[in-house]
Amino acid sequence: MILIRNVRLVDARGERGPADVLIGEGRILSLEGGEAKQVVDGTGCFLAPGFLDLHAHLREPGEEVKEDLFSGLLAAVRGGYTDLVSMPNTKPPVDTPEAVRALKEKAKALGLARLHPAAALTEKQEGKTLTPAGLLREAGAVLLTDDGRTNEDAGVLAAGLLMAAPLGLPVAVHAEDAGLRRNGVMNDGPLADLLGLPGNPPEAEAARIARDLEVLRYALRRSPATPRLHVQHLSTKRGLELVREAKRAGLPVTAEATPHHLTLTEEALRTFDPLFKVAPPLRGEEDREALLEGLLDGTLDAIATDHAPHTLAEKEKDLLRAPFGIPSLEVAFPLLYTELHLKRGFPLQRLVELFTDGPRRVLGLPPLHLEEGAEASLVLLSPKERPVDPSAFASKARYSPWAGWVLGGWPVLTLVAGRIVHEALK
Amino acid sequence: MRHLLDFQGWSRTEVESLLDTARVMREVLERPIKKVPALQGFTVATVFFEPSTRTRISFELAARRMSADVVSFAAQTSSLQKGESYKDTLLTLEAMGVDAYVIRADSAGVPHQATRWVKGAVINGGDGRRAHPTQALLDAYTLLEALGTLEGKKVAIVGDILHSRVARSGAELLSLLGAQVFCAGPPSLLPQSLPGAHLTPRLEEALEEADAVMVLRLQKERMEAGLVHLEDYVARYQVTEKRLALAKPQAPLLHPGPMNRDVELEGTLADSARSLVNRQVQNGVAVRMAVLYHLLVGREKA
Repeated sequence: MILIRNVRLVDARGERGPADVLIGEGRILSLEGGEAKQVVDGTGCFLAPGFLDLHAHLREPGEEVKEDLFSGLLAAVRGGYTDLVSMPNTKPPVDTPEAVRALKEKAKALGLARLHPAAALTEKQEGKTLTPAGLLREAGAVLLTDDGRTNEDAGVLAAGLLMAAPLGLPVAVHAEDAGLRRNGVMNDGPLADLLGLPGNPPEAEAARIARDLEVLRYALRRSPATPRLHVQHLSTKRGLELVREAKRAGLPVTAEATPHHLTLTEEALRTFDPLFKVAPPLRGEEDREALLEGLLDGTLDAIATDHAPHTLAEKEKDLLRAPFGIPSLEVAFPLLYTELHLKRGFPLQRLVELFTDGPRRVLGLPPLHLEEGAEASLVLLSPKERPVDPSAFASKARYSPWAGWVLGGWPVLTLVAGRIVHEALK
Repeated sequence: MRHLLDFQGWSRTEVESLLDTARVMREVLERPIKKVPALQGFTVATVFFEPSTRTRISFELAARRMSADVVSFAAQTSSLQKGESYKDTLLTLEAMGVDAYVIRADSAGVPHQATRWVKGAVINGGDGRRAHPTQALLDAYTLLEALGTLEGKKVAIVGDILHSRVARSGAELLSLLGAQVFCAGPPSLLPQSLPGAHLTPRLEEALEEADAVMVLRLQKERMEAGLVHLEDYVARYQVTEKRLALAKPQAPLLHPGPMNRDVELEGTLADSARSLVNRQVQNGVAVRMAVLYHLLVGREKA
């Protein structure tokens, strides 16, 4: 039994408290206290349901030098995540039921955050031949995606949506038109012209989202079950508008945005530091503002990290050769709590929703609220501020675009079904 | 100045002082013994992650004419082939006591990155499509020799502007010196914007009444990438005698080399009296001597 005393409660339904939260048998037993062996003083802190990340690259199997299940899932619980969806673009890609099972079993034995693997939509993520969606679902896959690659063949994507629909599996897309994007390494526009870097135009994202929404319309017309399309790491104003219109028209589409697209812009590239090289690229201030609007009005369902660790040596290559990706599992919540809630007054309730019920809905999971009888997957967040120190990361990617940023809202206690998996109360 | 990366933040006075030094160096190069002891005891490394014989030789000659020691690192025959990173390569050179690094790379920003890794002076020898400041300096020097001043002069830069570091640095520097720079090229090879230049897809607009014309090299890769058709380019954008008649009489012709004769420039023009190509090459050494002098003299040796 654990008792968290005098703590404010925040979930998708609102803020209340203070309460004395009694936890036992993996559940919240009471919000009005009780006897417990372990008592945690929650004064000044707030308690939220455990976070769910829809989009993380844990690199296992095949690229354990960048990250592995242990380092990645430890980083997750330190970031307040109790549940995490791993992307299938490993080496080899996760495209068989055996591979899904192996990941789930290994992660379960670690006893950190719970792993929900996404599986490849197509064999080897080549975009040509569909994977066995039914068997993948049975093995524990929660999402199908060829993330990292773009689905060039719209017919295959349509068939994938149709096959996944009766299983209740969403299909997630990395929406960029490969031809328009070419070899772009940053946002296309005057700054790319000035810096002499190949540009990846915002239109590449918008064009592909527009196409994929038509593919979804086609699948919807053909399928008795509802096909569900999830747009990953939305980065542009125009892309956001397309998703907003589609949602208004009642299309079954969901979307996520990343911590980096919400807090950084292309201006960061002025120092020619490949730490800021990511796909889709960091965009302009207008795009960033549009994404914040999208978080508020529900066009965006979730904040997902797209945690993409690489070795420091790789990220110190030149801008043409350094790999794409920014790691953020350990800073995502404090970053947005500080930059959006504290500095801009973004409602805390909605912010927490974007880390909890929002992503849960994308996967078709029931909401998780702080109430008697609810599963005790929880995160205790402290308002105490401290600077981001990448050298202390659990992730193998010990660098960060936000190094030195002073943030509050750090997770000091994370519980998965009543079990403490991260503790930093001192 | 600590490094020469581009001309952002440079004043016209600073550039003019550099060009004055280049004039002195040009005189040195006319002497029977073309050598001064100015940089004795300094070590200059040419670090060419992207191959370029002409620029490398020009820099090495410039350093030797000033009595510096020169070491040369070429990507093709080096530890890079064994997977060594740019950073480790530079740190190795630093450990050997290099004072200045001339860096050429196919990616924009490598010289900037280098300034975070080494203590010595960094000279941009051309980085991707971004900047080639010593080329711009030698072009400015050559144009000043021919025209006397750049104030109010119209300079046309013609060709693949989008991928050209020569155009980018040229526009930046020539406009700083008072010139009106017009960049013309096929619409698929024009950037959205280019500070210091007026962009146009109409070759005639750039050539009309131009005081000087700079022609850029058209690379085969652009055709292969489907950006432009060779015959379309030649028909619409080749600088020919006929088209050059739009410019001022005797307006000089520049080309950064190496040239594709009869692609970007009509072959006969390349050998005409208007071509300053050889003069550009000669001035290149003097300008690079001036850059090394400005960056190294007064600096503590490594």
